[in-house]
Order: sequence, then C-alpha cells, then structure tokens
Amino acid sequence: MAGLELLSDQGYRVDGRKPSELRKVQARMGVFAQADGSAYIEQGNTKALAVVYGPHEVRGSRSRTLHDRAVINCQYSMATFSTAERKRRPHGDRKSSEMSLHLKQTFEAAVLTQLYPRSQIDIYVKILQSDGGNYSACVNAATLAVIDAGIPMRDYVCACSAGFVEDTPLADLCHAEESGGGTSLALALLPRGGQIALLQMDARLHQDHLDTLIEAAMTACKGLSDVLDSVVRQHLQEVSVLTRDLGVCFSASPCISVRKPPALYLL
Amino acid sequence: MLKSKTFVKKTRSGGVMKIVREHYLRDDIWCGSEFCVECKQESPVLQKDACIESNLCSSTHYLIPDTNLVLHQLDILEDPLIRNVIILQTVLQEVRHRSAPVYKRMKDIIHDAEKHFYVFTNEHHRETFIEREQAESANDRNDRAIRVAAKWYSEHLKRAPQAEELQIVLLTNDRGNKEKADESGLVVYKCEEYIKSLTANPELVDRLALTSDDQNEITSSKILFPEHLPLSRIQAGIKSSTLLQGIFRASRDNYLEATVFVHGEGDESTEVLIQGLQNLNRAVYQDVVAVELLPRNQWVAPSSVVLQDEGPKDEDKEEESENMLKCEVSEAMLKPTGKVVGIIKRNWRPFCGMLFKSQIKEATRHLFTPADRRIPRIRIETRQAAALEGQRIMVAIDGWPKHSRYPNGHFVRNLGSAGDKETETEVLLLEHDVPHQAFSQAVLSFLPKMPWAITEEDMKKREDLRHLCVCSVDPPGCTDIDDTLHCQDLDNGNLEVGVHIADVSHFIRPGNALDQEAASRGTTVYLCERRIDMVPELLSSNLCSLRSNVERFAFSCIWEINHNAEILSTRFTKSVINSKASLTYAEAQMRIDDAHMNDDITKSLRGLNKLAKILKKRRIEGGALTLSSPEVRFHIDSETHDPIDLQTKELKETNSMVEEFMLLANISVAQKIYDEFSECALLRKHPAPPPSNYDILNKAAKSKDIVIHTDSAKALADSLDEAKVDGFTYFNTLLRILATRCMMQAVYFCSGMDSDFHHYGLASPIYTHFTSPIRRYSDIIVHRLLAVAIGADTTYPDLMDKHKQSTLCNNLNYRHKMAQYAQRASVAFHTQLFFKSRGNLNEDGFILFVRKNAIIVLIPKFGLEGTVFFESKDKANPRLTFDEEGPTLTVENHAFHMFDKVKVTISLDASKIQHQKIRMALIEPVIPGVSVAPPEDGPEAKKAKLDR
Ligand SMILES: [Zn+2]
Repeated sequence: MAGLELLSDQGYRVDGRKPSELRKVQARMGVFAQADGSAYIEQGNTKALAVVYGPHEVRGSRSRTLHDRAVINCQYSMATFSTAERKRRPHGDRKSSEMSLHLKQTFEAAVLTQLYPRSQIDIYVKILQSDGGNYSACVNAATLAVIDAGIPMRDYVCACSAGFVEDTPLADLCHAEESGGGTSLALALLPRGGQIALLQMDARLHQDHLDTLIEAAMTACKGLSDVLDSVVRQHLQEVSVLTRDLGVCFSASPCISVRKPPALYLL
Repeated sequence: MLKSKTFVKKTRSGGVMKIVREHYLRDDIWCGSEFCVECKQESPVLQKDACIESNLCSSTHYLIPDTNLVLHQLDILEDPLIRNVIILQTVLQEVRHRSAPVYKRMKDIIHDAEKHFYVFTNEHHRETFIEREQAESANDRNDRAIRVAAKWYSEHLKRAPQAEELQIVLLTNDRGNKEKADESGLVVYKCEEYIKSLTANPELVDRLALTSDDQNEITSSKILFPEHLPLSRIQAGIKSSTLLQGIFRASRDNYLEATVFVHGEGDESTEVLIQGLQNLNRAVYQDVVAVELLPRNQWVAPSSVVLQDEGPKDEDKEEESENMLKCEVSEAMLKPTGKVVGIIKRNWRPFCGMLFKSQIKEATRHLFTPADRRIPRIRIETRQAAALEGQRIMVAIDGWPKHSRYPNGHFVRNLGSAGDKETETEVLLLEHDVPHQAFSQAVLSFLPKMPWAITEEDMKKREDLRHLCVCSVDPPGCTDIDDTLHCQDLDNGNLEVGVHIADVSHFIRPGNALDQEAASRGTTVYLCERRIDMVPELLSSNLCSLRSNVERFAFSCIWEINHNAEILSTRFTKSVINSKASLTYAEAQMRIDDAHMNDDITKSLRGLNKLAKILKKRRIEGGALTLSSPEVRFHIDSETHDPIDLQTKELKETNSMVEEFMLLANISVAQKIYDEFSECALLRKHPAPPPSNYDILNKAAKSKDIVIHTDSAKALADSLDEAKVDGFTYFNTLLRILATRCMMQAVYFCSGMDSDFHHYGLASPIYTHFTSPIRRYSDIIVHRLLAVAIGADTTYPDLMDKHKQSTLCNNLNYRHKMAQYAQRASVAFHTQLFFKSRGNLNEDGFILFVRKNAIIVLIPKFGLEGTVFFESKDKANPRLTFDEEGPTLTVENHAFHMFDKVKVTISLDASKIQHQKIRMALIEPVIPGVSVAPPEDGPEAKKAKLDR
C-alpha cells in the first residue's frame, strides 16, 4: 500500500496536528540593518526571508511611474538549497515570475499606495527552506517586512493554504500533504475586514466544497494574524526599550504601521 | 489556534532522498479507558469490566498486541471473545505498510463497537514518543515504542481510582522483545501462552497460527527440501538472467508437476516445467517464485499420468511415483525444465477443504485436504478432529519449513457439513474469492438514516419527472430494479424516450467505507438461490431500487427520437421519478399483445417496442453479433430450496426491447463521458478475437459443407444467419454456441491508458456500462463521471487519475470473471442436486467438441454439458483413433463428428465427497463394449436409491 495516510481515523494528520491546527510559527523583524524593512519567518519547516526597500523614486524607465500611487515591485526566488534535491533555479523562470506577480497583486491590495505617488516600493522574498505553503510564508514575511519599513497598510495581509482530504479541510499544508493529491488553495486575507486579497487554486474543486475550504483557510489566516500581531508588538517593545535607553521617544501608533526608529541605525 | 509544542524533527533517509518532516507531540491524546478521570475523553472505548477468563491474569486486563501478532494472528483478534484491546498507532501504521488486506480487516474490527478496540496515537503523545537511537534498527525502535506505550498505560491507569486490579498485558511472540519487556516490569505473554490460558474457550487454540518457534519442536530434523535463496541473491540472479521470475501454477492432476509462467518482454512469455518434490521446493499455487533452468539434457516432457497425493506415506513410495513420471519421449516433446530456488512472494489465502483424520486416535496433528487440487495438503493441529470430520473447514497456511513434507497451518473456521447446500455455497464463494461477509459497521454507518424521505432541498437540485409514465421490466422476483423506461409523444410528432437509472452515486459518496467496500466487491453475484449484494440491502432493494409507486432518485437519459428511431437530441439529468408499474417480461409482453389494453403504460410499451425493433435491425445490419449460450434456470422448491426442475431460459420480445434501450443509453453515455474526460473515462471494450480462435468453428461448419466468414463481425453475423441445414433446426444454435466460445472476454479500461475502444460484439466504436449501478461498480464510476460532466455532482482526485482508474478496472475485471466462475459453479452444484434427486436420466444431446479420448456432449433440454470418456481404469480400453483435421474420433468402428446426435444417460457420481460430478455414458449409437444399456428412467433409479 503506497502513499501516506494524510488523516487518520482518529483525526490526526501526518505530523500529529488536528485538521484545523497551524504549524509552529516563529518570526523576527528587522533582521537586516541596511534595508528599509526586513523580516524572517518560519512556518514549520518552511523558512522565508523578506526585505523591503522604499518608498523611493522610481528607478529605470520613467514610463512605469504612476501619478496617483506607488508602484510595487516584487521579486520571488528560491534558494538552491531550499529543497531536498539541489536544483539550479534560474532567475525569472515561469513559476517564480508567477509567484512574483501574485505577491505584487496581494500587496497592491493591502499597502496604502496612494500615499506615495510617483514612487516605488521593492519587496524581495526568498524561500530558504521549502516544506509546503511557500506563497503563504512569503506573504507573511513580506507583511512583517513592510511593517518594519514603516509603510502604512490597511491591515496585516495574512496568507495560509488549505486542502481537502476525505471531506475534511486541512489548514496550513506541509509538503507531504500538498503533494499527496487533492486540491489545495492559497488565500491571502485582510483579517479585520475579512477581505480577500488573493485566492489561488491550481486544480479542480467542486463548487460545493469551495465554501468550506475557504472558510477553513480564512480561520487559519485569522489565527496567523494573531501570531503576527504578537510578533509585531514584541518587536515594538524591544525597540522601544532600546530607544528609551537612548533618550529618544516615539509613540507607537495604535495602528499597525510602525515608524522605524532612527535609533536602530545607530546600533 | 496554534498550539506550540515541543517538536522533534524526524529524518527519514530512503534511497537518495532525505525527507525532513515535522513531528508534533501533543498532550491532548487520551487513554480511552472508562477508569480514567484524568483524561478529558467523551466516550471511552475500553470497558471497566474487561475480563476474559484466563489462568494467567484473573483480573480485568487490557491487551496490547505487537505488529507481528496483528499480522499473523488476526484470526484470534477477530474472535468475538477478544475484546478491550489497545491498538497502538505504531502497530497500525506498520500493518498498513506491510499488508493491505490485514489493515482493512483490522480497521473493520476497530470500527466494530462491540469489540472495544481503541487506537492510541502513541507516536504523537508527548510521553510515549521515542526517537530512534544510534545503531537501532527500525524494527527494534518500534518494539521499544510499543513497550514504552505499554509502560505508560500501566502507570497512567495505576493512578485511576478503582483500577488497582487492572493489568496491561503486552502480547508478543518475539523472544527478545518479551525479555526486554519482562525486565522493565511489564506483564507480557506469548500469544500462545495467553490463548491457552483462556480456560473457558479452548476452541480458540485451534485458530492460533503456528509460529516459527514451534516448528522447530514439531518435525524431525531430517531436511527434505533445499534451502530457499535469500531475496538479495534472487534479485541479483534475475538481473543477470541466471534466474527467472514467474507465477507458480501447480498441475490439477499431478501433484508432482507444475509450470512456472514467466512473463517475458512483450508477448514473449514462456512456461517452465517443474517436476518432482525437490524441484517444486515448497512453492504453492499462485506464489511468485524464482526458478533456475536445468541443463538441456535433464529436460523432460509433461507427463500424462494422473497422480494424487494420497496422504502420508513412506519415502520409498514417493520415489516410486516420481519415477513414474519419467518415461521415454521424443526429443520434440521436451519442455524447458527447471527447479524452484526461492520464493519472491507468497500468495497464500485461507483454503477450504476437509480434514483427513490421523489414524492415531489421540493425535492432535492432522492433515487437511484442500478442495482445490492444486493446493498441497496442510498439516494442522486441532483437538476437535472428531467434530470436524465430514465438515468443510477453512485453514490458513503459516509456513513451510524445509524439514517438513507438508506446510503447517491452523484451523480458521468450520463452514458446515459437506454436501450441505449452505456449506457448499459458502465454499464456492470462498474459492472464487467472492467477498460475501456481512457488511461491517463502518460500511453500514454511511447508509442514510431511516425513515428516509426526499426533501425540498433534493427537489431543487433535480428535475421533477414524477408525472412521467415510467415503468420497469425485469425478470420475475427481481428486487434490485435499476432501470426504468418511458416513451411519450411530443407535440412536434416526434417521440420522447427516457431511460431512468437508479441514482446510486447519490447515496455512495466517493472514498468512504461504503464506497470502498462496493469498489472492492465490484459486482453483485447471482447464484442459483442466493444473491450476494455489492451494496447493503437497504440500498439495493429499497432506496435505490426503482420500485413502482414510490418516489425515487434517478439519473435520466432522455432522447428525442423520430419514428425512424433516429436520435435528434440527447440530454442527461438527475431526476426524481415515480414508477407506475414494475412488470415482468411476460407481463409486459402480454400488455403489448393484448389489443384491449390501451392505458398509458401499455401505449408507452408499444412505442418502445416499435422503436426497439428498428434499433435492433439497424444494429444487426451494422454488424452486431447475436450469439447464444444456453442459460439454465432452476425451479426451486419454495420450502426445501432444492431444485425441482431445470429449463433453459426463454427470451421474449420484451427482453430485447429493454436490452436495446440499455445499449442505446450506454453508448450515449460512453460518448458523453469520453468527450468530456478523454483521459479518464471508464469504458468497456470487446477486442476482436485472433483469427486462430475461429479454427474450431470453421472445421465444424465445414463438416456440414458450410463456409463461415470470420474476417469481420459483420461477415460473421451474416454467415451465421445463412448457416442452416435442412432437417437440423438446432444446428444454427449450436454454431452460435461455438462462435460464443471463440470470443474474447469484454473488459473495462480507462480511456487514457488504451487506444483501441472498439466493441466487437456490439459493433460499436465506444461502449460503457451505465444502466446497472446497483449491481456493478463500474456503473457507479460512470455515473459520477457523467454527473461531473453535466455539473450535477462534485469530482474528486481519484476519479481524474488514470492510473488509479486503471487499477480499479483491473479489480473490476477480476471480480467479474470470478463472479462468472462462481455462477457457473453454482449452476453445476445445483445440477448435481437436481440429478441426485432424479436418479438416472436418458437424454438426447449433440456432440459439441471431440477430444482425444472423449466427446463433450450438450443436452439442449437442460443446457447441460458433460464429457463422455472412452477410457477408464477398470476396463479394457477400446480402440481410439483421433483425427485432428475433422476433427473426428473413431471408437472401434464408429466415427464421432462434431454436432452428431447421441443419446446418453446422466447420473451423479458421488464416490468422492469433495468432488462430486455429473457423469455421462453413451447409449446411442450402440458400440459394443463402449455404450451402455439404457437404464430405465425414474422409478428404477428411485428403487436403486432405496436399496442403497
Ligand atoms: Zn487516561
């Protein structure tokens, strides 16, 4: 008998989670000093790094400039060592271009781009280790990096995958579950308003199942947003302790946009 | 919410890939015992009064079996006596990995609420998970995991109130594991020890499988067989072509002879002959074995001797019979000969048969003789030998050590006394691998809850066709009605014809236990007085069955047809219908013929009948074959259930009317699903037979100066129509019977895996099965595909996977074949019963085939076929000359040709209890010394019976 049993009769998944449980999430903000914003996230064994530059003047051709808002430029890549098989990944292959485009669409929906007309925001994400849910990890990392860069957003964008096994929706799929057959979808959500920034699905799924699946993915996204929120608050606290020591005061906005404290540059 | 847990990375290196997986450990996995107050479980499975009377543990105890125990002693675990067992996840996963059938049976037990089996997810429990240590094998690690879990249980439950008496008993047959468990203070027994301690239920001991430990004690140290090669050496040998891999097929007539069927490249398959006990080397029928070819000078020819293993005897005698095999033969007769050097895969299943009691009165070891002659005798240990005498029993093989003449096995269950109708039916079902046990709780749990009614919600999704005048036409006594028809005039002068099929796929959802069971059964099996359902009765005879005057779900195929029977449009829809009448073929025929009847149903039937005739004519013009095979029907006594009369089935016009529309629906659906899913449509094809298949038909026709053209189905159909001999009306039917035998088997296949779709017999470019979802699983899949195609239902990954579909097709083809064999065996058994009650009968018949030493005779009256042998052991054999060309067989001075008319006497040969058979002897033509005098019919036979 081949194949893994994705969901046991007792209701446990391959790695021991219940269907609606997420993988362990760990995140850090401000990992690089030179960039305007950066973040690192681990969702189970999937590890992603995001770096944000901007907003700055549009580089290159002027024709890309938009007069009413900022241009968002995304670039997605995977490290050669990110999977079990070492593979050379040329830049701009079809898969990563597609992923870059998806990220761009997601963040255009979330970032308040109209605040920065005629400028550009660059978001670079790299998958360091891949174990399913690459898109979600990228979105979540990028959200943290954008916040780190102090760029205002409507809300956190949280992304999560969900799949279907024997009529039960599973949240946050790992690689084994993603490749075990069955349809999976990736969803990016602005949790407070419940708006969907992006919804992506590659295989066929019947309409009847779509609602339950989206429901599962949305619940998972909301769970993730709580985690991201606590990461941001934790980071804020650390930073404000540092700034207080230096005698510089700044007030954390009640919203989620965090101005980068100039003190960090000094460290 | 995210529960972050201590997590351990589990690294599995298999092949070249390194797989890293997360492994979460939890603290919310409960123990499942009624005693426990710590765990927050809702409905504990393990009972408080879990007591099996045992000498070893007098108090309440829970059992924990290890993996090997589950794999080898499942017969014990399945016994209703064994309850309150903890199945560890480690064990269950390993079982799943090692044997799919055992895993399925295990799951059935777990689902059975009566058994109180609890699955403990120990691999994800914080306190019972262990990591593999340096230099520890995977097996050792799992054994340790089992011990750790057992230890955890005993400590965990010690804390529970009132549980002082409770014991956790680990069952293992592994000596090392047992010692280690003893050291860590666990209560541990060997399976045998424990079962023998169950004083109240001694019969359980017989069901124990013999383990390798015991075998050392049983048999003498004399080594009878050469050692098998280890798997690694076999693989190397096959790679370097010094060894051949093939399927072992024992000979039915000679226990010292077998062939190994070696699959070669493409069509190049070879057969290797194996002779002699040493060379057969413990291989059993259907095993996958490795053989080594002998040098050419040791090659032999297949012997024509019939040899049956008569039970234990001296070594010298064995040699003697082996010598009998060797006889002088010409060089051309020699076949590649080899010897078995290793077993790649055993294909043992439980075998039916009878006990051959040991002559020693107090002996507990006996030999078992399987019903299938290709299976060797099996040595079993039982204390109930006296009770089992004359009974049909089931025995499983446990192993075949090299110093034992026979394989060792254990008693599984008693099927009943031999010759008994129920018992024999059970045996034939088991021997043909027809799954027929009652549906498990898990399967039944997916049935709709009664009372069931159609809801508003259902109506919204379906077309309401309750107003249509729909009726069904079936054989008498049919309770699983899966097709209904209607026909009505349209305003534009055309006709609307609908075929409405039971919507089984509405009730059987993909992937659940009910679906898996139906997929595994594949088909309903119809025996002479019993039906083995593919789906539970609630569905087959009630909710799915399109009975009259109840509302039922249907899948409808509706055509607009003009009066020339040309299809103008086709549509498919899920619907609700209300059948107005359930008719038999005869009733429907009567209505059509009776000019006084003019109600809606009759008018609808007449319309259908008219169209069907045109459709049939067109189909036959297109080259479809009408073949014939005599089908018999038993009239069964309603009280004794014995067959009281036997007659061939009669076909009415209405039979072909229903058939015509079913064909039309099947073809329409096949086209639709293929258009929609070109890669994964489940279709049915009937390959054209290779020309050589027709040799016998051509020869037979030539003997009557008739030429049969076989270049195409059309040519064959035409020449069959023209083939007539004056004064011999049955000739045409005989030819058609022969033509049927030339045909290939029709098979299911997945459209993405094949390029040839043609259905030869129906002369249709594409075909599938849509019209009988209650009794065929293929139709359920076709329903699902069609439902997805019209947007009425959801799809699921397996439906779109051509490889999985292909595997499914293989199973369906296998089940259909086995069902046919079982049906034939059932007819044969009932024929025997019939002749047993009738005594000798003298009947006219025709010669169907001529063989080297026999003729095969067909009795049209009963559709019965039998062999008249001209050679026998106790008489001087007549002079026989066989001419291949005719073919003719000359006995003394009389030449027998195919289709000759003969008269035979039929009787039942009951000399062997296990293999009773119908015997035929020649009466006419009279050949002195060969034919027999006609015994008088009836009365004398009865008298003879009394005398006996
Ligand atoms: Zn407990």
